[in-house]
Amino acid sequence: MPAAPVPEVLSAPLVVEFPFTRSLGPVQSAFLTGLRERVVLGVRTGDGRVMVPPVEYDPVTAEELRDLVEVAPTGTVTTWAWNDHPRRRQPLRTPFAWVLVRLDGADTALLHALDAPGPEAVSTGMRVRVRWAAERTGAITDIACFEPDEDRGAPAVAPAPHDGVFTDPVTGIVAEARLDYTYSPGRAQSAYLHALGERRTVGERCPDCRKVYVPPRGACPTCGVATTEQVEVGPAGTVTTFCIVNIKAKNLDIEVPYVYAHIALDGADLALHGRIGGIPYDQVRMGLRVEPVWTDGGRHPDHYRPTGEPDAAYDTYKELL
Amino acid sequence: MAHGRDPRDVAVVAFAQSDHLRRTDDLSEVEMLMPVLHRVLADTGLTTGEIGFTCSGSSDYLAGRPFSFTMTLDGVGAWPPISESHVEMDGAWALYEAWVKIRTGEADTALVYAYGKSSPGSLRDVLTRQLDPYYVAPLWPDSVALAALQAQALVDAGETDEDALAAIGARNRAAAAHHPHAQLRGTVPPGDYQVRPLRTGDCAPVGDGAAAVVLAAGDTARRLCARPAWITGIDHRIEAHALGVRDLTDSPSTRLAAERAGAFDRPVDTAELHAPFSSQEVVLRKALGLADDVTVNPSGGALAAHPMMAAGLIRIGEAAARIHRGASDRALAHATSGPCLQQNLVAVLEGDARE
Repeated sequence: MPAAPVPEVLSAPLVVEFPFTRSLGPVQSAFLTGLRERVVLGVRTGDGRVMVPPVEYDPVTAEELRDLVEVAPTGTVTTWAWNDHPRRRQPLRTPFAWVLVRLDGADTALLHALDAPGPEAVSTGMRVRVRWAAERTGAITDIACFEPDEDRGAPAVAPAPHDGVFTDPVTGIVAEARLDYTYSPGRAQSAYLHALGERRTVGERCPDCRKVYVPPRGACPTCGVATTEQVEVGPAGTVTTFCIVNIKAKNLDIEVPYVYAHIALDGADLALHGRIGGIPYDQVRMGLRVEPVWTDGGRHPDHYRPTGEPDAAYDTYKELL
Repeated sequence: MAHGRDPRDVAVVAFAQSDHLRRTDDLSEVEMLMPVLHRVLADTGLTTGEIGFTCSGSSDYLAGRPFSFTMTLDGVGAWPPISESHVEMDGAWALYEAWVKIRTGEADTALVYAYGKSSPGSLRDVLTRQLDPYYVAPLWPDSVALAALQAQALVDAGETDEDALAAIGARNRAAAAHHPHAQLRGTVPPGDYQVRPLRTGDCAPVGDGAAAVVLAAGDTARRLCARPAWITGIDHRIEAHALGVRDLTDSPSTRLAAERAGAFDRPVDTAELHAPFSSQEVVLRKALGLADDVTVNPSGGALAAHPMMAAGLIRIGEAAARIHRGASDRALAHATSGPCLQQNLVAVLEGDARE
């Protein structure tokens, strides 16, 4: 048997998107609805400090906080960082400064972007004001960014109490998220996929327990060692167990009901999954002998169909259930 | 100090790590991890079947592979089922869980491992997904940007400047000059600003890697290791999660964890600090009150190699390995997680008095 060669490394783009619909509590709802109405709200803690953005529980005492106040849309930069290369989805497309801004009337700082011509125009302590987004939905991005506000000093106005009540309050947000990857499956799975391209199914044998894993994952889960020896299995195999699918899957052009089965390919010590075709769904049975059916351009068997051989005896596959 | 008298005293008895590389396209996660597991077990002479508890740290978001930790379990021989757990955190926190398991008498030995394969994705963007989803994550502030805000706060406070930051990067990589596993070693130019004031040289390299540690209790530790690294204290603490609430120039959570771990009871001779940015070493030194004669990051620290989810466990492993080979008697190891040193773990390790 040949030792597993190092295959050409496969890779493919992989996009993971996970939009979460998140509900807002009473404080976050008031804050984000306020932004929609161009009002910035904070919350007062037990010791009289004003937190912007507001939270529902005091970070020190864990006391519930509900005492909302309105603060100014102007403030002071407490620290900054110049970003010459804005990344996709960040607030501005041109170079900008990340800033923490303590709004007038607040005791804590808010993270956002500052639109400025260059790093020489930014300093800690500089005065800035909110630039509102033209279209506002009740989100932190309703603040498009901050911009320099050199003319005025900090107003000596105390934050005003606010009931946090708005018409049509925002009660939830959809948190969009998308991450882009270049997926590489590694040595064992690359070899498996290369072989499938030639319509062969190749597993790997554990050097200790001699079991053949299909598809191979590179390691024997019983022995905890690398599987090193390639073994071609099948093409025919035995249905070890199966289920009848009665619910049509989205984006899948297969008529229900159909049978989805565990199939132990000849020579494999682990069953893989596949659809059974070429036989009425109610005639599929444990022990049925099947073989793969390939379609033009298909990179894996489309389904498995009966070979016409007699059924396998239960004893020949009972360890593979 | 008599270690291991209490049968439930816990020691690090072995440590191994992979080479840390920018990419490992030819390896799946389990293929990357397995040699490390075999090496750490070979060090102790234990087989996987003799390990009482196994705990790992990793994050599926790095490589975009759901349930990747179940795949890497193949590498420890998890069938028939073993006593096992996982944290979606740095492996230092997996080690904490294993330490609790041994202290409470549930196990006498534990295998702790961690791995991170950051090369398939864009790490700076991936890490935005750990932030507050309401007020912060929609702005996609990347990990370097947040560290740069902290660095500028330190510069404004007069705690450091860009030259001092560059010197920290240079010192760490010089320390790693002969480290067989480091990703960046020797002289590395400061480079351009990534997010000002942080330059490329102020930032940990992005890459792939894995590490593993074996823990053992009392007499078992003595049997498995000539000079066990006894964990005399370990604790972890967290900051308030809103960055604008924190004083970014300080790390009270590190100080509290160190105090609870007994770090201030007696001086340490070595400190392995998990500072993915040069500026964060400034914060940690201050929070821990390290004296000038303490050897900081003899391994080169996170600025020489930073496999996500493993770099904190590696700090504990490197400190322990120094005790194993007699280069340290009492060492502090620190691990961090989250933006701007959000969460911090401190462990104190000691070797037996030498004859």
